[in-house]
Amino acid sequence: MFPNSPVFPPVSSTLASKVDLLFFFTVGVSILFSVLIVATIGAFLVKYRRRRADETGQEIKGNTLILELGWSIIPLGLVMISFFWGAAIFFETSRPPADAWSFHVYGKQWMWKVEHPEGKREINEFHVPVGQAVKLTMTSEDVIHNFSVPAFRLKMDVLPGRYTTAWFKATKTGTYHIFCDQYCGVDHSKMVGKIHVMEPQDYQKWLVGGPSAGAAVASGAELFVAKACNTCHRPDSSARAPVLDGIFGKPVALVDGRTVPADESYLRESILSPATKIVQGYQPIMPTFKDQVSEEEIVQLIKYIQDLKPAGASKAAPAAAAPAAGGKS
Amino acid sequence: MSAPVTSAGTGETNYLNASHGIGSWLLTRDHKRIGILYLVGISVFFLLGGPMAVLIRAELATPQGDLFSSDVYNRLFTMHGILMIFFFLIPSIPAVLGNFLLPIMIGAKDLAFPRINLLSWYLYMIGGVLTFVSLLTGGIDTGWTFYTPMSTTVAQGQVIITAVGIFIAGFSSILTGLNFIVTIHRMRAPGLTWFRLPLFVWAHYATSIIQILGTPVVAIAILLVGAERLFHIGVFDPKYGGDPLLFQHLFWFYSHPAVYIMILPSMGVMSELVTAFARKRVFGYHFIAFSSLFIAVIGFLVWGHHMYISGQSVVAGAIFSFLTMLVAIPSAVKVFNWTATLYKGSISLQTPMLYALGFIGVFLIGGLTGVMLGTLGIDIHVHDTYFIVAHFHYVMVGSAIMGYLGGLHFWWPKITGRMYNEFWSKISALVIFVGFNTTFFPQFILGYLGMPRRYHMYPAEFQTWNVLSSAGATILGFGYLMPVVYFLWSLKFGAKAPANPWGAKGLEWETTSPPPVLNFATPPIVTEEAYAYETSAPAKEVAVGL
Repeated sequence: MFPNSPVFPPVSSTLASKVDLLFFFTVGVSILFSVLIVATIGAFLVKYRRRRADETGQEIKGNTLILELGWSIIPLGLVMISFFWGAAIFFETSRPPADAWSFHVYGKQWMWKVEHPEGKREINEFHVPVGQAVKLTMTSEDVIHNFSVPAFRLKMDVLPGRYTTAWFKATKTGTYHIFCDQYCGVDHSKMVGKIHVMEPQDYQKWLVGGPSAGAAVASGAELFVAKACNTCHRPDSSARAPVLDGIFGKPVALVDGRTVPADESYLRESILSPATKIVQGYQPIMPTFKDQVSEEEIVQLIKYIQDLKPAGASKAAPAAAAPAAGGKS
Repeated sequence: MSAPVTSAGTGETNYLNASHGIGSWLLTRDHKRIGILYLVGISVFFLLGGPMAVLIRAELATPQGDLFSSDVYNRLFTMHGILMIFFFLIPSIPAVLGNFLLPIMIGAKDLAFPRINLLSWYLYMIGGVLTFVSLLTGGIDTGWTFYTPMSTTVAQGQVIITAVGIFIAGFSSILTGLNFIVTIHRMRAPGLTWFRLPLFVWAHYATSIIQILGTPVVAIAILLVGAERLFHIGVFDPKYGGDPLLFQHLFWFYSHPAVYIMILPSMGVMSELVTAFARKRVFGYHFIAFSSLFIAVIGFLVWGHHMYISGQSVVAGAIFSFLTMLVAIPSAVKVFNWTATLYKGSISLQTPMLYALGFIGVFLIGGLTGVMLGTLGIDIHVHDTYFIVAHFHYVMVGSAIMGYLGGLHFWWPKITGRMYNEFWSKISALVIFVGFNTTFFPQFILGYLGMPRRYHMYPAEFQTWNVLSSAGATILGFGYLMPVVYFLWSLKFGAKAPANPWGAKGLEWETTSPPPVLNFATPPIVTEEAYAYETSAPAKEVAVGL
């Protein structure tokens, strides 16, 4: 009568079994303590049941300090184990491996748009190769969403106005649920998708066959010219604007004395709100491109800037290694 | 100690019959009548928010969204949360039982500020009526958590009216807290030192601190939401230069301590029930008293555990997780203390005690799953799923409501002067316990499977657990209706209650049932510790059962 009813989600990523082990530890400790307390109460209810209407309890004699210290310190120790163990897992989820492929995810009411490193796009579907670390850089085009793949124990809020990141490495081929886990309006429960984990060769085949989903977006190179970025950001007239070749990931010194890394968030902020962080030695003359570029166009620009190598270096494949098949879109 | 009172108040003037007419109720300054006004108020809101839950569970029995449109469903769960949290749970024990009992437990004639107490009730009712008006005109669909920029920029519906309703009701909470703190400091009977106070009083003292310090912050958050929604002032929406996370910080800074507003009074009731029905001094009085204060203070430092994967920094997450673990320990030790109180006690399983035992059962599950959720590595997976829905219902509905019902059953004879039917009350306690666990335990499984919260429709493979949960909700619904029936019945047909039907210790049992207008015939003088069962006998018990 009822469809296949699992009790436990698939274990399909490197993170999943780690989370599950910690979970089972806390469940086990909880069951142990609960059984102890319930059994003790049960025994007391029987042994000390009221036998006469006017009976009262008897005073407890003796020192109970050891008992009280014990039942304070032992639980404290156990929750601390849970804390450290959980923090370790959590810190790991915030550090994608260096060889992770870089995908972009856009959430909007009520759909998911996924962009592969070399540009292929999907809507509400997500194809990935098994055994490869995947880093997601995500942003919302309206309200707060949340990208969740229970089979991977993966979950991260997706916010408007900034990037959030997450990463996973799938360990089992198959098809798994994608859910939006932050209430986002009327069709929140329809903002779901499917992630397909494939053998690497099948993924390569999929990558080259078939069109991209959704409207085409101009390449970063085209946008860099169309929006006139190249009029100031040129390797020769370095007096007007910082040179962008080779800048990605490097530390940047600002006029206020801070040094910040030129990561995706920094580049995005520089495009939308350039006056926020001025590079040392430059004037605050860059105009804002707010309302002139979409989130997806910003990502294309960032990818283009990531690829820019200083003059003299060969134009090699980007640091976030993309698969060999296909060119850049 | 004043002379033991054994008469049942028949024919005497008590606070119920001293004056008549609707005006004598709506303009009363008597804390006991105000407690009853609140009882009526919160019961009305419970009977609005409760059926919403039944409708939600009916929809969720099938994977498709076939009973309502998504829009209606989203408004249902939003209003269910708002009504239950702001208009039922937060007032429940403090405004009903606290108002009624606090002055009596400390031997006073009333609270420090009786008129402000009445004002609190009016603010609560005005806030509730506004929210009700919002409900009638379509309500809102933002979730009770109102996250921005959805609530400020995108959501349609009655956001402003609802926000104003909650804003006004917040002042009710602040004023009650103020009233309680001043009362406890200034109006204790002669001989009633701080460490002779019933733990119910300590619990309400700690709760009042939270109400006064926390509620203004959510008021500010609501004002800012209104400012952005009406005037497009960029506080939270990145489109206007705002920060969506700022809302979450402001909101949870109150709303986490708010959950301690809901549970601490329940724990206060627990201390009263366990001591009365084991007829024994509580184990670890000082610890329990201080732990309530500790929870109130540290409870203000853990709000970020609602935001581990919100975009908040990983280090902040770690700090909040660490503090969350600390706040768990005093609650755990309270459970051990209540268990130890039973040792060498004289235990009677009347209805209030059944609720106390039920509380321990559901609080174990609710509290321990709270530790799981506070653990960073587990929360990533179960955040915003049915796991958290199950957890908070276990602590808010299971624990807090069982404490409320246990207290209501314990003090009903004192409040109304009538005994209810013990057989049916025992049955309904069991029905509630079974119905509650059947409803919410499967939701832990659903949450770990990944079923998100606030979903109108879901993948078919989640149906079995949903059906079980919905079946439990039907049972629970019946369980909650039963007390309505036998309590109302008792008002007309219940046996007249003696002053001390349970043979319990406490100043409230040394006056008539119901009490006179000024609480005591002669003001009491206290000469012993709380719950001093072993050293002096309580008044003779004249009650049904053993």
